[in-house]
Amino acid sequence: MNVYGKRNPAPVYLVNPCKMIKQQKILDTTICYHCGEEVMGRNYILEDKHFCCAGCLGVYQILSSNNLCAYYAYNETPGKKSLSTGYFEYLDEPNIIKQLIDYQDEKSTIVTFFIPAIHCSSCIWLLEHLYKVNAAIFNSRIDFLKKQVTISFRNKDISLKKLVEILVNIGYEPAINLQDVVKEKSHSVNKSLILKIAVAGFCMGNVMLFSFPEYFGLSGLEKQFQVLFGWLNLTLSIPVVLYCGQEYFTSAWNSLKHKHVNLDTPLALIIAVLFLRTAYSVILNTGPGFADTLTGLVFLLLMGKWVKQRTYHHISFDRDYRSYFPIAITTLVDGKEKPKAINELVIGDRIWIRNSELIPADSILMKGNAWLDMSFVTGETEPQQKVLGEIVYAGGKQMGEGIELEVVKVPSQSYLTGLWNKEHYSNDFKQHFNDSVAKYFSIAVFVIAFAAMGYWFFYNNSGKAWAAFTAVIIVACPCVLALSTPFTLSAILAVFDKKGFYVKNTDAVEDLAKCNSIVFDKTGTLTTTENAKISFTGTLNDEEHKLIVSLLTNSSHPLSRQILKSLGYGSFYPISKYNEIPGKGIRGLINNQMVYAGNESILPFNIKAGKHKGVHIVINSVYKGTFVVEQQWREGLPNLVSKLEDTFSLSVLSGDTAKDRDVLKSIFLPNVTIAFEQSPHDKLEAILNKQKNGEKVIMLGDGLNDAGALKQSDFGIAITDNINNFTPGCDAILKGNALTFLPNFHQLSKDGLKVIKISFAIAISYNCIGLFYAVQGTLYPLVAAVLMPISTITIISFTSIATRFFARKNRLL
Amino acid sequence: MNILYFLVGCSVVMALIFLGAFIWSLKNGQHDDVVTPGIRVLFDEETDDENQS
Repeated sequence: MNVYGKRNPAPVYLVNPCKMIKQQKILDTTICYHCGEEVMGRNYILEDKHFCCAGCLGVYQILSSNNLCAYYAYNETPGKKSLSTGYFEYLDEPNIIKQLIDYQDEKSTIVTFFIPAIHCSSCIWLLEHLYKVNAAIFNSRIDFLKKQVTISFRNKDISLKKLVEILVNIGYEPAINLQDVVKEKSHSVNKSLILKIAVAGFCMGNVMLFSFPEYFGLSGLEKQFQVLFGWLNLTLSIPVVLYCGQEYFTSAWNSLKHKHVNLDTPLALIIAVLFLRTAYSVILNTGPGFADTLTGLVFLLLMGKWVKQRTYHHISFDRDYRSYFPIAITTLVDGKEKPKAINELVIGDRIWIRNSELIPADSILMKGNAWLDMSFVTGETEPQQKVLGEIVYAGGKQMGEGIELEVVKVPSQSYLTGLWNKEHYSNDFKQHFNDSVAKYFSIAVFVIAFAAMGYWFFYNNSGKAWAAFTAVIIVACPCVLALSTPFTLSAILAVFDKKGFYVKNTDAVEDLAKCNSIVFDKTGTLTTTENAKISFTGTLNDEEHKLIVSLLTNSSHPLSRQILKSLGYGSFYPISKYNEIPGKGIRGLINNQMVYAGNESILPFNIKAGKHKGVHIVINSVYKGTFVVEQQWREGLPNLVSKLEDTFSLSVLSGDTAKDRDVLKSIFLPNVTIAFEQSPHDKLEAILNKQKNGEKVIMLGDGLNDAGALKQSDFGIAITDNINNFTPGCDAILKGNALTFLPNFHQLSKDGLKVIKISFAIAISYNCIGLFYAVQGTLYPLVAAVLMPISTITIISFTSIATRFFARKNRLL
Repeated sequence: MNILYFLVGCSVVMALIFLGAFIWSLKNGQHDDVVTPGIRVLFDEETDDENQS
């Protein structure tokens, strides 16, 4: 990611940038000085600068009055348009504050927010100069990759609510959701691993140093040091075995308790044998021991583990409904509004839902006019009207005036959240290549080791027997197996990452390779919300055209802007009596003519729009027609489908109505199942049925309504056009424009497994050389110490070269 | 050659000090965020004449 924005590095400025006139590229269109979007319709101008909306202008005014205009100097148009709901009353509730803050004493409070809008160096600069906006803020620090800001402030002067309002006013609204409150400390695990690597690396380096004299040969004078070096090596091995290698022992013990062998079992055995043999040789002064092999082995194993654990900081794969829900909701107690935390809601509570707020629990509509956008829950795009007394489900979004509801189920037991609590088919028995091989590997090693020991006992050479037994176990180390898998798969992850395909972890790549069936969601997955096509059902003359443009320029609603774009905009009339009703539409008096634009509920009379849904236009009490917004199919879809049809069985599950059946039929082969009006539970069931038939299913979806299916599938892919948007829990996140690469991604994951198998064969051949010495009981520690790094280096370079080769072959590099 | 005993001891102690320093920096959170400080250092110092103009 280029943190300096996409256009240019930071310009050097000598005068106050607020007053500076920037040399802007001469463009056909004016762009907003703050957010860089095209200025459409009304142009807000201040100090020669153009702004697209009052919001952007407001942010600029705050920044310039606080002398913070360097914000615009580091990057051009660093801002982002924010559509804040601006309701933060709940931040005055002590219960909620307690959940959010990190630390509080009498004077100061420290709080950490996740701010999705953080994207460039200007953001860092501005958010670290918050103290200029309000003197009560002591200090603020950004973690750029995690998009987090930690702020400490004087709690006597400003409240948490005021702080959030300051952030919102400068265009950085923190995302305060139910899930973020549950602070999951996942990176602390990673820290202890790094500590272990440091200790193992330290011990390995020193042991190598003390082992060299032995290998180069000691003169008689130096022989006295042999004992010292031996004991030093043994001392350094102790922390490596007991601290760094500890989890191999616990993991091996656990798997043996369950009568099952995983890869850690032979590794733990080897670590133990290496250590005991080293201790034996040092204490009895019979030779140098294997301390260098032991420390090197543990160090490399931990490195492999670290490569495997590296994750994406900015993407969360484990989101559930809680990250969609706000942390608090307004309840009505004796007719008075009172904010309440969502987890404290009980049955019978009266809640008050404002425009574009989410309903947190299944409830009954008591008062008001409910127009609910249920696209989260069902995938259906058209808002539904609900009547008084009807049950509304959690996840619906109110469009329009406030409504009053009575809770009938607590949030954690609602219809939608039931998707998470439902008993799923267990996915725990995913067998990975490593663990399946480990079993046979261990058996083979033991057979050879006991055979060698038996042979030497037969010839009455008990010393050699023990030497051979331990040497075989040391040499036949599956260390390469433990390394080649993480290195290969993480190299594949890096290739995927460049193309906009973010996979959760290395294990998931193996799951992807095994899949043979794909289920698509329709809305948002096969279609895209960007570049929607807009058509008008009626006809407009020039005058009417101008009237509509005049009306729409006043609205910042996304639909108005899309329509405006399709109409083109030029001159327009002044407007009076402008009125925007959230969730319904807009109206205004232009040239003494009343113009309406919106859905049916805003129009002065009932129109018979028929099947057309969209933005209806009424001028002077005459219905003129409807702007219909059609979702566009993603680019290259037929091509993608025809590529996938060879290797996968495909199906489409849509929550929407069957209006697109004909188009889908023309894209997919006739034998593909296409089902409409599927509820989230239907989708989940469909995946389960496929799995019962032995299929390994990839599910592609985007919304909360696919969440259950994504979780149940063998490999769930969430599609998004903006990586910062919330995506449901899944195994991988795919950028919308990378969908056409899906067959290549799958092929590369299969090739990755091939690479792992080949590297395993290479490792076996190295082991055979070592075994040749080992069974004869003549394995000198130097051979082991040299053989292991050589085989490791071979494997790591082989896997990275082979992965690049296959990535190129699949046209992903 | 007995001086070698002393030197070996020194080398081990020094290595231990470096290991300790690394562990301290890790626990102190110096490796938590390795991206932002690199950007932060490039910001210009604010001077008074900037505020006046």
